Amino acid sequence: MDVTISVSRYNPDSNLPGSYFQDYQIEVDDSSTVLDALIKVREEIDGSLALRCSCRSAICGSCAMRINGQARLACNTKITDILKRGSGSVSVEPAGNMTVVKDLVVDFSPFWTKVRQIEPWLQPNRPPPEQEYIADDDDMLHLAGVMDCIMCGACVSDCTVLNVDKNFLGPAALAKAYRFVADPRDDADVIRLGDLNKYGGIWDCTRCMQCVEVCPKDVDPMSRIMALRDKAMEEGYTKTYGARHAKAFSDLVEHSGWLNELQLPIRTFGLFNVKQMFKLFPVGIRSIINGKLPPIVHRSITGVENVRRIFERVRDKR
Amino acid sequence: MFEHDVLVIGAGLAGMRSGLAAVNRGVNVGVISKVHPVRSHSNAAQGGINAALTDRGDPWQDHAYDTIKGSDYLADQDAVAVMCQEAGQEVIGMENMGTIFNRDDSGRLGTRKFGGQREARTFFVADFTGQALLHVLYEQVLKAGVRVYEEWFVLSLIVRDGQCCGAVVMEIRTGDIHVIRAKSVVMATGGLGRVFEPSTNALICTGDGMALAYQVGAPLMDMEMVQYHPTTLKSNGALMSEAARGEGGFLINSTGERFMERYAPNMMELASRDVVSRAEQTEINEGRDVNGCVFLDCRHLGPKRIEDRLSQIRQLGIDFANVDMVEAPVPIRPGMHYQMGGIKADVDGLTSLPGLYAAGEVACVSVHGGNRLGANSLLDTLVFGRRSGEHAAERSRDMVHQSIDDNDSETDRKSIQGMLDREGRELFGKIRFELGQTMNTNLAVFRNHSGMEKASSEVDRLRDRFSKVVVADKGKTFNTNLLFTLELGFMLDCAEAIISSALERKESRGAHTRTDMPERDDKNWLKHILVNRIGDGDREIQHLPVVITEWAPQVRSY
Ligand SMILES: Cc1cc2nc3c(=O)[nH]c(=O)nc-3n(C[C@H](O)[C@H](O)[C@H](O)COP(=O)(O)OP(=O)(O)OC[C@H]3O[C@@H](n4cnc5c(N)ncnc54)[C@H](O)[C@@H]3O)c2cc1C
Ligand code: SF4
Ligand code: SF4
Ligand code: FES
Repeated sequence: MDVTISVSRYNPDSNLPGSYFQDYQIEVDDSSTVLDALIKVREEIDGSLALRCSCRSAICGSCAMRINGQARLACNTKITDILKRGSGSVSVEPAGNMTVVKDLVVDFSPFWTKVRQIEPWLQPNRPPPEQEYIADDDDMLHLAGVMDCIMCGACVSDCTVLNVDKNFLGPAALAKAYRFVADPRDDADVIRLGDLNKYGGIWDCTRCMQCVEVCPKDVDPMSRIMALRDKAMEEGYTKTYGARHAKAFSDLVEHSGWLNELQLPIRTFGLFNVKQMFKLFPVGIRSIINGKLPPIVHRSITGVENVRRIFERVRDKR
Repeated sequence: MFEHDVLVIGAGLAGMRSGLAAVNRGVNVGVISKVHPVRSHSNAAQGGINAALTDRGDPWQDHAYDTIKGSDYLADQDAVAVMCQEAGQEVIGMENMGTIFNRDDSGRLGTRKFGGQREARTFFVADFTGQALLHVLYEQVLKAGVRVYEEWFVLSLIVRDGQCCGAVVMEIRTGDIHVIRAKSVVMATGGLGRVFEPSTNALICTGDGMALAYQVGAPLMDMEMVQYHPTTLKSNGALMSEAARGEGGFLINSTGERFMERYAPNMMELASRDVVSRAEQTEINEGRDVNGCVFLDCRHLGPKRIEDRLSQIRQLGIDFANVDMVEAPVPIRPGMHYQMGGIKADVDGLTSLPGLYAAGEVACVSVHGGNRLGANSLLDTLVFGRRSGEHAAERSRDMVHQSIDDNDSETDRKSIQGMLDREGRELFGKIRFELGQTMNTNLAVFRNHSGMEKASSEVDRLRDRFSKVVVADKGKTFNTNLLFTLELGFMLDCAEAIISSALERKESRGAHTRTDMPERDDKNWLKHILVNRIGDGDREIQHLPVVITEWAPQVRSY
């Protein structure tokens, strides 16, 4: 069958300003991937199209790009699937949250800088074993789920926080950090967690799920970030607003069975944190105007003991 | 101009292991790679890495014997001994650096069975062993602070006074051409799969290093030995790892028969790859196929085992063959996979050209001979990567640099400008495709004289057309069009070396099976074939005896 694919083009060496879409008409079959189509364009129609690709089998991580607006690997995205899902057309753009170098090629250097920032190498603090480290197969298989990450940057492309704050370490680097924190052979987890606890780290994720949705390897970066938060709290890193917010949230719910919204900011920021309290002032006014003011006297719900029991259970399970 | 004591070309397993070994010896190291290191093709290795742990009851000699028998006695036995003896140390070293491996019940490293071997001695990480190793080596390279030239492309090697002393390179992002001066150069650019179409190899496997060495007079050895893997998908040539058979998968033909019973009654599906591929091709040629394929049947393994240990392979089947191996047998056929031959190198990576080392798939230390065992290649990259890095570091320690400078890039600048200035209609894509088809038709599982002659004249014709090829993209920034064209030049050199070596070997051995000369002939051909370029375009063929130590050649049956 014939399809038209619109490819975003940009060539800094030409005098055309900015990027534009170019349409290519090509013949594909049922099992053709978007990458097959792009290669066809490159080899048969327009040799000047620039893109990264190598393995053709979702393992080298070269070919993440936005296909019909969502980050995917071109090599494991079938054209028929895209046509079925979308409006019957295929558009291809470079990955987001990174600067475009040319056509579909983006600058990955900030991506790698962030990976380097988490010191991504095993840091044991004991004499090396004579043979291999003894470790549980299940622990290793659990890590394998994160090690599956092929550093394709799809998650980074579509992360909503990176879109507004370039300083955020981002899902890929944080998932990689989790891989070391959760490795029984690594002894630097306390220091690692301390670093991850800072601005730009684990507390900046808004849990928007984008990274989970687009990851081609089911690495589930968001859950790894949440797991890092838990571990950071366990290690006593409870001083960031994010950590205090999470702790206050669960303490309050456990106490009364529902959220005490007046108490939450006080516990998160501290009652005498004048600067933060002042910032919240307009929020308070707006909620009063809209009739959303939480009750001044916060009563426990009936059956709160059941809620508390759930909390107990969860604590026992850990 | 840039400068390093040791310059490693390639950042796959061989290259990074080499760079790490060199930097640990205290010299200044640079590693250059045309793709980011973790994009290197080593990440595609699914199955695992072999090591006989002698202290756990698997003597290294057994591994050596399996390797040598697998090679159809063409491997140099002294080199095989080095590889097998140092295997355990390498695998454990990688574990200590952070590689996660599957474990056994006692928490120690677990193994799986692989083809051509009597013991389960393949260490693995689910089905992404290569990726797991590659990422860990990259982590270590970062930790050691090695300078990595990511996305830089090597155009040629510089030779002065008979010594290799640097390389001319292009920074892909800017298109700028530079010279890197080095006391020693380690070539670790991997394989040449793309010379064939289809192939299991990634698009970047274009034989650059073999051609670069060939162009400066370092001979290539055993180039006729091209491995066809028994289980590849028809649609795009993707590999279904041997792990599928290692875990117990069957091969069946169109009648549902486990046909390996007739070809290798003892080892069945796990006989050596050349044996299994020939068996499949025979079934296909004799009509017991469906659309040119036989089948890999894993249904009896059950969903859990498949999901735990073969999930990636399962996904490949779903993506590219529309078959879920949990539910149905997957159609497969033999497909080009690996180059046993390469730049002739010894166990320390030394090639025939002083200052040039080679390790990994690009090299031929001759540990694989006529047929490589599954999971021996990763081992090869690590053992000989490390050894070449160590040797290169020691060699460079008390040396001074040759006096080369940016002017040494003049030839490359001119030829690239020439390519860019050319006008016409010849596209690299077409030549590349025709080259691949020609090789896959005439130098596949079964070969004969007239087919190989035909390929030879076809390659000459394609070379002619290549001299007229046009590069549509005239810009400097990330000009992949130019890169592919340069790669095609390397591929044509590799094809030439493969064909001339194959025509030379007048017998059948390992992967080189001639229908017109079906017998192995130890009397005349128990030797390596070396091909060397002398002067402009002339070829010289030499023979070299195979090193036999304790394993005398025998009739090979599985
Ligand atoms: C699908 C598949 C599965 C496999 N499974 C297994 C397995 O289970 N077990 C096993 O033992 N083996 C396996 N192999 C074989 C094994 O993976 C390879 O032989 C091995 O990884 C090669 O490693 P290398 O370091 O030599 O080269 P590569 O990993 O290919 O690295 C080559 C490097 O050279 C660089 N380079 C190349 N040309 C240039 C240039 N002109 N300029 C600059 N840089 C350049 C590249 O960027 C790259 O970094 C498999 C192979 C394939 C294709
Ligand atoms: S869940 Fe967090 S890390 Fe993932 S995309 Fe959203 S904000 Fe980014
Ligand atoms: S987490 Fe997933 S999407 Fe992100 S880089 Fe890794 S593989 Fe790609
Ligand atoms: S080409 Fe390697 S991940 Fe798509």
